[in-house]
Amino acid sequence: MLRNLFLSCFVIAMSCKAEKKSEELASGIVNKSIKVVDFEGLEPFLRANDDKTYVVNFWATWCKPCVKELPYFQELDDAYEDENLKILLVSLDFPEKLNDKLIPFIEKYQLQQEVILLDAPNENEWIPKVDSSWSGAIPATLIFTKSKHAFYEQSFTKEQLFDEVEKFTKNTKI
Amino acid sequence: MKHVKTILLVALITVFSAFTLVGKGYKVGDIADDFKLKNIDGKMVSLADYTDAKGFIIVFTCNTCPYSVANEDRLNALDAKYKEKGYPVIAINPNNPDVQPGDSFKLMKVRAKEKGFTFPYLFDEGQKVYPKYGATRTPHVYILNKEQEGLRVKYIGAIDDSSRNEAGVKTKYVEDAVDALLSGKELKTTNTRAIGCSIKV
Repeated sequence: MLRNLFLSCFVIAMSCKAEKKSEELASGIVNKSIKVVDFEGLEPFLRANDDKTYVVNFWATWCKPCVKELPYFQELDDAYEDENLKILLVSLDFPEKLNDKLIPFIEKYQLQQEVILLDAPNENEWIPKVDSSWSGAIPATLIFTKSKHAFYEQSFTKEQLFDEVEKFTKNTKI
Repeated sequence: MKHVKTILLVALITVFSAFTLVGKGYKVGDIADDFKLKNIDGKMVSLADYTDAKGFIIVFTCNTCPYSVANEDRLNALDAKYKEKGYPVIAINPNNPDVQPGDSFKLMKVRAKEKGFTFPYLFDEGQKVYPKYGATRTPHVYILNKEQEGLRVKYIGAIDDSSRNEAGVKTKYVEDAVDALLSGKELKTTNTRAIGCSIKV
C-alpha cells in the first residue's frame, strides 16, 4: 500500500515535470524564430554576398500602412518561389512587446518570411547606414543585389512592389 | 521638331520631379512661413500671435503613433523648460483622420487632456502645413528662431537620441539646440533622424 502511494506520487511528480518541460520547449521554439538584433547584428542582412535579390522591409505591428502592405510581400515571395529572391521583415516593434504583440501577430497572419526584431538605440547613427536618404519613417524598404541598391521611404501598392523588384531580378538574370 | 520639343519637355519634367521628390520642404537655414491652424480649444493659432517669443519648438506629432506617445511627457517637459525662456512648444497633428481615425480633432482634445498638454495642439486641416515643412514622420521637430528676415529654421529632427525609451537618453538634441540659441552660440547638431510613423494622408 505504502509502496503504491509512493509510486503514484512519483509518477505524478514526473508527469508534472515532463509537462513543464514541453511547455518551455514550445515557447522556446517560437522565440527562437524571432531573432532580436542590434544594428551590428542587422548589418550582415543588408549586404548580398551571392547572386540573390534581397528585399528588406522595415515595419511594425502598430504601423497601419506597414501592415497593409505585408500581404504584397507574401505574394512576392510566392511569385518568386523558385527564383533567387529573399525577403526579410525587420520589425521595429518595441522589444518589450515581443511576446505580447509581435509573436501573436506573426502567428495570426501566418507570416512565412523571416522576421527579426531590431532593438537598436541611437537611431541617428544607424538610420543613415541603412540608406543616406532615410528620414526614419516607416514603412521603408530596401531592395538590393550584389551590385545594385535602391531604397524606398514609402508604402507600396502590390504593382509598385512587383515592378521595383522586377528591375532587380531582370538584371540578375541577364 | 515638335516631337523633339515634347521629348525634351518630358525629360525635363522627369528630371525636375525626380529632384523635388528628394528633400521636399525646409532645410536648416531656410525662412519658414507662418500658419494659422485650429487649436484644441477651438481658437485659431498663428506664430505671429507670440509677440514675446524668441522662437519656437514646432513638433509634428499625433495621438496614435507609439513613438509620439513615448515622447508626450518629454514635450511637456520641453515646454515647461523653454516657454518662459522664449521658445514655446507648438504641436501640430499632420494626419488625415479619414485615413487614421484615431487622429481626429475630437480625439486630439481627449489625448491632450489625458496627458495634460501645456502647449497648443493644432490640427493641420487639409494637411497643408506639414508638406511645406517637409515633415515625414511623427514625431518630427523643427526649431525656429525669430530673426530679422523672419523665422529661421535652425534644427530639424528628433527630440533626443532615444525616442522609444526615455531612460536611455544620452544626448538631448532639442535642449542642446535651444540652449545654444539662448546663449548665442552655434548649434553643434542641426539635423538628426529617428524612427517614426509615416504621416497618414
